[in-house]
Amino acid sequence: MATQILMPALSPTMTEGKLSKWTKNEGDKVKPGEVIAEIETDKATMEVEAVDAGVIGKILVPAGTEGVQVNTPIAVLLEDGEQAADIPNALFACGRPGLSADAPKEAAPVQTTATASAGSAGAHITNRDILYAQGKVIEPPVFDENSYTQNTVTMTVREALRAGMSEEMRKDESVYLMGEEVAQYQGAYKISQGMLDEFGPKRVIDTPITEHGFAGLAVGSAFRGLKPIVEFMTMNFAMQAIDHIINSAAKTLYMAGGQLGCPIVFRGPNGAAARVGAQHSQCYASWYGHIPGLKVVAPWSAADAKGLMKAAIKDPNPVVFLENEIMYGQSFECPSNDDFVVPIGRARVEREGTDVTLVAFSIMVGKAMQAAEKLAEAGISAEVINLRSIRPLDTWTILESVKKTNRIVSVEEGWLYAGIGAEIAALVNEHAFDYLDAPVARVGAKDVPLPYANNLEKLALPQVDDIVNKARELVNK
Amino acid sequence: MASVKKAKSDASSAISNTSKIPEAAELKQLYRNMLLIRRFEEKAGQLYGMGLIGGFCHLYIGQEAIVTGIQSVQEPQDTVITTYRDHGHMLACGMDAKGVMAELTGREGGYSRGKGGSMHMFSSEAKFYGGHGIVGASASLGTGLAFAHQYQGDKGVAVVYSGDGASNQGQFFECMNMAALWKLPVLYIIENNQYGMGTSTKRHAAGEFYQRGASFGIPGEKVDGSDVLTVQNVARQALDYVRSGNGPYVLEMSTYRFRGHSMSDPGKYRSKEELEKAKAERDPIEKLKALMMKELGMSEEDFNPFEKEIKAIVNESAEFAQQSPEPHPDELWTDILKPVEA
Repeated sequence: MATQILMPALSPTMTEGKLSKWTKNEGDKVKPGEVIAEIETDKATMEVEAVDAGVIGKILVPAGTEGVQVNTPIAVLLEDGEQAADIPNALFACGRPGLSADAPKEAAPVQTTATASAGSAGAHITNRDILYAQGKVIEPPVFDENSYTQNTVTMTVREALRAGMSEEMRKDESVYLMGEEVAQYQGAYKISQGMLDEFGPKRVIDTPITEHGFAGLAVGSAFRGLKPIVEFMTMNFAMQAIDHIINSAAKTLYMAGGQLGCPIVFRGPNGAAARVGAQHSQCYASWYGHIPGLKVVAPWSAADAKGLMKAAIKDPNPVVFLENEIMYGQSFECPSNDDFVVPIGRARVEREGTDVTLVAFSIMVGKAMQAAEKLAEAGISAEVINLRSIRPLDTWTILESVKKTNRIVSVEEGWLYAGIGAEIAALVNEHAFDYLDAPVARVGAKDVPLPYANNLEKLALPQVDDIVNKARELVNK
Repeated sequence: MASVKKAKSDASSAISNTSKIPEAAELKQLYRNMLLIRRFEEKAGQLYGMGLIGGFCHLYIGQEAIVTGIQSVQEPQDTVITTYRDHGHMLACGMDAKGVMAELTGREGGYSRGKGGSMHMFSSEAKFYGGHGIVGASASLGTGLAFAHQYQGDKGVAVVYSGDGASNQGQFFECMNMAALWKLPVLYIIENNQYGMGTSTKRHAAGEFYQRGASFGIPGEKVDGSDVLTVQNVARQALDYVRSGNGPYVLEMSTYRFRGHSMSDPGKYRSKEELEKAKAERDPIEKLKALMMKELGMSEEDFNPFEKEIKAIVNESAEFAQQSPEPHPDELWTDILKPVEA
């Protein structure tokens, strides 16, 4: 009986790809395991193998077609003896959404972040880091963001990360990239694609799978003035290396009385991807946010990714750079000016509002933006703050917003217990208690290891409606 | 002179066992440098007992020949890193005894302005990169120093000290793997003082320390770490091997710590007899002294000037360490982060 060959998914987060080439033609016989086509995503190129023996009866999606959804039928396979004419019409259906296309539907058209004001004008403050350490609320660094948003190009978060690294590596010979599969494989998530070719093996270095060792090695090289970018395939694996991130990188400047700096970036995807289970899905924002001597950033948009990457590499301190796998393929408008550097410690008001503040970081900014849309339909005006930096936190921008809206919901993908939302609740309590019309609310992951099952995973992770409902509770609408 | 065992790894040894006894001036310098460490540590122990030094304090007494011998054959661009038993290494690197002692007492005049303590001192000027309190960390960080030497092409070698305990850490093996793979200029020194804290090597380590790099093709030697001339001879050849681009080398320095693991060590894990025997047979300072008496015809009295000079330096450092003020309260907030340049 004739069967459909479906567009395969190459990774848990792949939603679509390009069918770049057919290696078999209609009428060709195929055996199981034989390559019949090649598909490409923004991450990888892969061969599609036949699962069953038979004859290619009909090619439904021609070579060169872009944006083919996962699980779309791409060809019909005939059993021996069947003719193309025997194929039931139903099997010719093309472009039908996959029956179990359960990969996240995050991928969206180009999102724009240029709608809202950039918040505070900022202030030039000396000894800023000391004031942060002392818990003082100060204006964020000066940044005329709107002057950069006039000229933009559309790019994915992945391209933005790469551009940020490459631009700084071109300028500074002491910057190098190290990690598992960053060079010849072109990056496990293709962040470093093409960088080996441009910068050579001295500066783009594949490591063995030994996070503890290579993180310590990179820190040691930073003591001597090099500026390593250490890619962890995911931040989950950085737990192997957390001793060096905290004990060696974060504490040495202080323990050395200021003599020995450690300019280094630790980066990689953080938080949940799509059904990769509990060990590959943890958010480390509050872990690293806890540590004096570290800076911690978590970009959402491509502009955040590029601007923060450049800031992180230029920074003379250790910076933990928390990316998100699902965001890698999403497109945004990104300033094209090479001088666009987002100061660490500066949040962005992505959407202005008057009734409730939604404060989020990384992928949750997008969810908060969607929640704000829904709230608007219900007549509630939500302000959305994209934190961008976890440490130092732009406390000023958060508090100014609360003073205006009198209500705040913190949204994070990680667990609430001792999380970033707990910190924000404490902040608002200490500095804006009298402005509150409702208790500070938090949305985050359920307090369980992240389950694998599709339905349970959805239940465990914060969804748009969780944010909407929490905000509605606060405003009683 | 003590014999040098060859590692039974496939990698061929770069060390020959023939060496001449150095000139008188050099012998005297080695003696003086070891004596400085000995007397400094004795003074530190004394100040600890008086409550002037806090926290942990790990003394190097008995192991002086190792760092003294190796440092004497290094090049100026070479870098040094070690674990927390680090006072001797700092003095050998040429760091000022006053600054080291004042750090032990937690004073403003200390190398870290009182914010690091015994285990956390650094001097980029003396190319000493700590002083690390986490067992095994120096192996990774030191391999990174070697990476930087190679990256910057400065012909330097990273001399990376670990103890017998630290060399069991996984990261030590992770880094030997990368160092061999990338031919990094690193000399791993395993100071085997027979005890990882209170656990003897017989109870904590399988196999031989000098063979720890064998599976990566890293040659290794076991060296009598109580004989400064043997240490010097072997280190010179190992450094040449590493500096010539052959990749890492492992030297196991067999030694014995005459004091406890730290000042608070009750010493229940070893017998008095064992300790007394080691002190009688393996004191690096006494051994060199005997050799100098024999080879140079020196008398007991001829060693008095060394004692006098060292006593003055150590007393001055102790004086300074007590007179230097505690750090200003504002220092609490400095050096957390470097300011971002505009």
